[in-house]
Formats: sequence, C-alpha cells, structure tokens
Amino acid sequence: MTRHVVATIDEIKPGGRKVVTIDDREIVIFNLNGDYVGILNRCPHQGGKLCDGVVTALITSNEPGQINYARPGEIIRCPWHGWFFDLRSGQSWGEPDRIKTRNYNVAVTGGNELVEGPYQAETIEVTTDQQYLVVET
Amino acid sequence: MIRGLNPIDCDVHPNVPGLKTLLPFMEPYWADTLVQRGMHELDSISYPNNSPLTARADWRPETGKPATTLEQLQSQLLDPFGIDIAILNCLYGVQLPFSEDMGAAYARAVNDWIVKEWLDRDPRLRASILIPIQSPELAIAEIERLAGDKRFVQIMTLVAGETMLGRRHHWPIYEAAERHGLPIAIHAGSSYRNPSTANGWGSYHIEDYVSQAITFQSQLASLLSEGAFRKFPDLTFVMLESGFTWVPAFLWRFKKYWRGLTMEIPWVDRSPVDIVRERVRFSLTPFDGPQSEADITKIFEHLGSDELVLFSTDYPHWQFDGNDPLPPGLSDDLVRKILVDNPRQTYARLR
Repeated sequence: MTRHVVATIDEIKPGGRKVVTIDDREIVIFNLNGDYVGILNRCPHQGGKLCDGVVTALITSNEPGQINYARPGEIIRCPWHGWFFDLRSGQSWGEPDRIKTRNYNVAVTGGNELVEGPYQAETIEVTTDQQYLVVET
Repeated sequence: MIRGLNPIDCDVHPNVPGLKTLLPFMEPYWADTLVQRGMHELDSISYPNNSPLTARADWRPETGKPATTLEQLQSQLLDPFGIDIAILNCLYGVQLPFSEDMGAAYARAVNDWIVKEWLDRDPRLRASILIPIQSPELAIAEIERLAGDKRFVQIMTLVAGETMLGRRHHWPIYEAAERHGLPIAIHAGSSYRNPSTANGWGSYHIEDYVSQAITFQSQLASLLSEGAFRKFPDLTFVMLESGFTWVPAFLWRFKKYWRGLTMEIPWVDRSPVDIVRERVRFSLTPFDGPQSEADITKIFEHLGSDELVLFSTDYPHWQFDGNDPLPPGLSDDLVRKILVDNPRQTYARLR
C-alpha cells in the first residue's frame, strides 16, 4: 500500500470534487459533508469521466410508486449513459456485485504526521500546520 | 414426432361456430338484446377467416370456421399428436364490445360454452378464463365465478386493449389471479381501441400480425416499468403467440437503458433480465427463428434459460406443416422441458 498526499482539505469544499492523478490514474476525490472519498475517474461501462457526472441521492423503493430518498449527493451518474455509482463503495445501482468502479480510501492527516512519511507527494508541499487528504493505493 | 412424449399443448384455439351457439349460454336479456340488435358475429380482424394463418389447410373444413367441434380437435390434434393436455384459449371477441356489461355477458357465455362443449367432454382439456378486461370489476367477478373449477388453469387477455397492461387499474385483476394461483396469459390480438402499430393503422393483415410482436414488447416493458412483477411476486405471465426470438434483443435493450434510468423506476431493483426469466413464459409457436440447428441452439443460449418456452401448436392456426411442430436440433432434454416440464412448472393446476 502506498499513501499519496493529494490535496489540502480546504481545496475540496463540502459537495465539491477534485481530480488527482496518481501513477497515471485519474482519481476523483469528493467531499461528502466532511467525509472524503475517492473513485476511479472512469466508468466501468465505456470509460466516461465520472468527474463530469451529476450527483443524486440513493433512491430506493419498497413497492411501486413508493420512493425512499436518502443520502443526497452520494450517488454519481456517469455523464455518458447515466449509470449510477455509490461514491462510498464504487458499487453500481442494480448490479452492485457485478459492476463497480474502483474506490479509494481518503484519509485526513495532519502535516505533522506526514512529515515523518512514508508517503508520496509529488506535487504537494507539506507543512506541519496543514491538514491533508491522503489516498491509499 | 412428439407422440409418446406426453406433450402439453399450451395454445389451442377452439372457435365459436357463430353467435347463435352462445345464445343458450346467455342470460335472457342479453340473448334477446343480441337478437334485437341483429348482431350475428363477434370475430375480430386479428384472424380473418380466409387468411392462411387462420387455419392450416388440412384442418380447414369445407364450410364454416375451423376448430368448432371437439371431434375436429380430437381427430386433428389430440389423437394424432398424442397430446396429454391441451389448454383451450378461445379468441372470441369478448374484449371488443365498448359496453363493459356486454363484454362480461359474452365472456360468461363463452366460458360456460367451453365448459359444457369441451371440458366436460374430454378429460385432456383445460382452458383459460376469458375476462372482460374493459372492466376490472367485472373481470374479477368472472375470475371469482370460475376459479373454483380447477380445469381453468389461467386467465387470458389480449395483448392490445384499451390501456397498457402494467398500469395500476389492472392490478386488482392480477391480485385475484395471484390469489388463485392462476397465471395471466397475454395472447396476440387486439380489441382495436388503438392502432395495431404505435404509429397508426397499417393497410394490410401482414402488418397487423407482424406488429403484434412489437406490442408484446411494449406490454412487457409496461409490466416491468410499472412494477407489476414487484407488486405480485407469485404471479406468472404467459405470452401466447408472441414469438420469442425477439426476447433476447428486447432484454439487452431494456437492461441497457434500465442501468441509466433506474431512478425513474427504483422498484425494479434487480436485473430485468432475471425478472423476465423467472416470471414470464412464452409459447413455442410461431417460431420466428432461423432454420439451421446451430442458429436455433444460439437462440436458446441467448434466452439464457431452458425454462422459458412452453409447447404450443397454435391449432388450428397455420404455424407448421406435417406432424412435427418442433424446430430442429433441440436436445432431448430441452424437448422434454418444452413439452412437459415447463408447462407443469408454469401452471400450478397441472402439477
């Protein structure tokens, strides 16, 4: 496992997102009201860039005509064909076990811890007084 | 040859010889009304009498309609093909009258005629309950009137009626069907409230008949999208004379768009392909498939299940010649499933 420092926490506001590149792979980091999550920026269907998708909620139903609307902002739709992915798990809607996009843990870590490494921060300058987003790959 | 394999024929069409035949089965008011109005027939144009499709040449009598007597059915189908059980699906036009009450009167008369002239006279026969789907209330009354007779093994409607079959005003009918363990059969045909294509009326019979397969797709999409399968988890739908070679392509298309549109219909929370494989069955004829054994094998591979197809001759409609109604190249195992196992699995009352 390698840890990559990709941003300061201030760079991604609640509801915001940022694309980072780690080892030539694009990963989109989302801020879900203070929880940071990451998914591969590539729809498993035909490769649409998920960073351009709109977010919606987890919409489920117990019976026809009845709607449960939960976790707004935590489901993203691919901009190409509208497929749905859970930002927390990468799982698709309807076929969660068969179709998923890779997801990544994103940890918030103090700069003072990071200075001691090991981590990779090719583009970020780490200072001890900042909080950073660290992606594990 | 299927003789000796105890086939269950799931789509057999006895014909009402004429309206006069039904008068003794009608309440006095309706019998009188039909005479007073000068009505003499209630056939739709789905199967024009002189069309080759309507009756195989060697099953066509010298005069009158085909398949109007038990003796014809026995000598042309039951005996020569060694049919173990035949399900009678009378296509008399009980869905045609705009009057809900008249439709119900016709349905009662046809169903009672089927009991007396057919079911009571040959133990190999079973039948579908015809319903006046114009009125869900009257349709349910007819189901309740007849469900106690176990020789009725399903409920039948036409693929094209006044509204889409998935819509909720039909659901009380499905509730009654599920409660009695009766599948809902959907047969080719129309009450002609709507054009037989989605873009208007065609000019020719061939357009009407070929378009039926598209209407089946629309109705299957309706049942899926409206959530009928979710609402009635123990109800099976049987598509009769629908063809089935379109099913894989339809499901590929439906599933593809479902992935992007689930938000509209979240009650469809698992693959629609799996739902159809579990809950929908299709009669064998007309087999619209290719002719080579290798290609036919592929069609069944694409269906993804060997439990979807139910044997049917579509008697007396002209769907095959000679005495072998099966497409070539089916394995012995698949033949047994189509002829016997799948029908018995589909119809609780045949087990």
